[in-house]
Amino acid sequence: MSRTVDTEQQKPRVLVLEPGRAERHYWRDLWAYRELFAILAWRDVAIRYKQTVIGIVWAVMRPFLTMVVFTVVFGQIANLPTEGTAPYPVMVFAGMLPWYLFATILGDASNSLVANTHLVGKVYFPRLIIPSSSAVVALVDFAVSLFLLAGIMLWFGFAPSPRILLLPIFVVIAVLASLGPAYLITALNVKYRDFRFLIPFILQFGLFLSPVGFSSSVVPEQWRLLYSLNPMVGVIDGFRWCILGGDSAIYWPGFALSLVVVAVFLWLGVRYFRKTERSFADLL
Amino acid sequence: MESHSVIRAERLGKRYVIGHEVNREGYKSFREVLSRAARNVTRRSVDLMRGRAIVAGDATEDFWALRNVDFDVMEGEVVGILGRNGAGKSTLLKVLSRITDPTEGSVRINGRVSSLLEVGTGFHPELSGRENIYLNGAILGMTRREIRSKFDAIVDFSGVETFLDTPVKRYSSGMSVRLAFAVAAHLEPEILIVDEVLAVGDAEFQRKCIGKMSEVARGGRTVLFVSHNMTALRSLCDRGIVLKAGSVRFDGSIDDAIGLHLADTDGAFGTVSEWTWGPDKGPRGTDLRLLRVGLSGSISPGPAFRSDEAITVSIDYDQGAAIRGMRMVLQIVTGNGDVAFSSTDQLIRTQSSQRPGRYRSQCTIPPDILNWIPYMLRVGCGIPGQQTIIPMTDVGRFNVRGPANRTAPLGGAVAPPMDWSLAGLDGEAADAHGSAVSLSG
Repeated sequence: MSRTVDTEQQKPRVLVLEPGRAERHYWRDLWAYRELFAILAWRDVAIRYKQTVIGIVWAVMRPFLTMVVFTVVFGQIANLPTEGTAPYPVMVFAGMLPWYLFATILGDASNSLVANTHLVGKVYFPRLIIPSSSAVVALVDFAVSLFLLAGIMLWFGFAPSPRILLLPIFVVIAVLASLGPAYLITALNVKYRDFRFLIPFILQFGLFLSPVGFSSSVVPEQWRLLYSLNPMVGVIDGFRWCILGGDSAIYWPGFALSLVVVAVFLWLGVRYFRKTERSFADLL
Repeated sequence: MESHSVIRAERLGKRYVIGHEVNREGYKSFREVLSRAARNVTRRSVDLMRGRAIVAGDATEDFWALRNVDFDVMEGEVVGILGRNGAGKSTLLKVLSRITDPTEGSVRINGRVSSLLEVGTGFHPELSGRENIYLNGAILGMTRREIRSKFDAIVDFSGVETFLDTPVKRYSSGMSVRLAFAVAAHLEPEILIVDEVLAVGDAEFQRKCIGKMSEVARGGRTVLFVSHNMTALRSLCDRGIVLKAGSVRFDGSIDDAIGLHLADTDGAFGTVSEWTWGPDKGPRGTDLRLLRVGLSGSISPGPAFRSDEAITVSIDYDQGAAIRGMRMVLQIVTGNGDVAFSSTDQLIRTQSSQRPGRYRSQCTIPPDILNWIPYMLRVGCGIPGQQTIIPMTDVGRFNVRGPANRTAPLGGAVAPPMDWSLAGLDGEAADAHGSAVSLSG
């Protein structure tokens, strides 16, 4: 199947469709379709905020109520320590921001292809655009929550450290950490429709396995490296390190391990997605 | 010539695996896969122990939607693709549009392709007309700058200026189709691939669309066009490719292609007079899907009928919710794609027929109306002036034979017998008056 390769390189505009041919210009194609990405993301955001006032209220209330519950359960009843001088609710909320970003991306992305069946069956574009654009909606929700955090910090009179300027880096890591598993489950969900039932399960357990309601410093020292296999541990620690400042510290070996896990998942997710994406139209 | 070839398909093949157990949509549940794997392992080990050969794939079957398809399309050619349902037309267009991968062979495409496999792909009911123009344009591969520069022309063509900022869900179906086609009509690709998009909208709008399409074709662009509308094909295309059972049956002038296609479909549809669909197949719309459409004659079983017998069309459907003001429509269409007549059950509908449930709408076409030509039966339903639930859909063909003393059909879509009289005007033959001569008599 390689007999056409030479001529193709001389005339870059010639497109050859053959079985099993990996898209040679996949990433360039993805870039060429950036406007579609932008417009699909915009569509999802517009619909989310057009349809329901409740949608916005929900984006605000969900993390807020969870924070209240966690503060009472972990902070008051279990009496776990906070990080440094930060009030317990602020610490919880700083961890909840990346967690809900993760949860929303995973939930929205995994359903995105099935919800956009009509597009996949009728038009060509790199399919990676669809789950990726649903991450944008999650980022908008995240921005709303960020305002809520600012409000809570004002209420407690807690000033952020200058490290907060580094927050965007950790937001990027959080998004990448979410996209890896999201691509994987999205692609699996096209073929096996019951994979989406896995998501509430992952999110339910993950919420308690990740240091959302408590500080990861309560995990015994000898377990911390193992604990960091959960990529959200590194992300949440990073968020707290930025927002709470002061004595909040990152456990660096664990953080590095989390980053490796994030990278592995992302690689796996993109690889599996690309391997299966050409059969999506036949399966959906 | 070589350098002008813009699409070259070589030994192109597309195989689908049809599962006998797997549900039809192609996806399955992970649980099912595990249980089938377990079952296969048990069966195979049993086979192995008994010394029988292990037969793989008895639960699935290969189906070649396309096989050994070869053709070349030169720059600026307008090619019509014909074939009966299931001949592989849509699969071919999907492969050419990169939606699905070929299983074997290759296609080389030289130029920017836009494919229009549906009007209004991605239209979102919650978004306004203006927003949908940008969304749909981007989905069809236009850049934002391109859309902005053509925006006024698009709006003008669609004729929905006053509703630009209204959500599309409040549009009538005619309006959204017009808007959608307007966006598509302003695509400027080097190669345009179009699938049966003219089947929507009213006659007036269809004419406008065909006009626009021939403008595109005359502009030197390469067009691949699938349609069941023979009039449109004849006026737009110079070349026709007839597909049959996944292979190229004919490739040549459009007139020959149409002739062959019509002859072909007569034979092909000449064995069934009943069409049924499984739960996930068949024409469907919001809260309604067709189950079965059947034809039966008062004398012959069909699908070849006599012109002097009554033909009963029964349409069975499943209505999932109460639909107010719905009516079922049937159309009898000639081989040229001209509608001979339409009929609806609107007048006999009552309050009680709005409720969810299964229904049969039955219509009897009286004898001595149809011409002795092949016809296509089309069925659709909707709420007049509000909503199209199922757009008019080709269901199947049937043939009408003329009376024994007539072989060649008369011109026209129908041939009802008329009352004729013949009288001599010279005086003597005055009493020959009143002898009605029926053409079909």
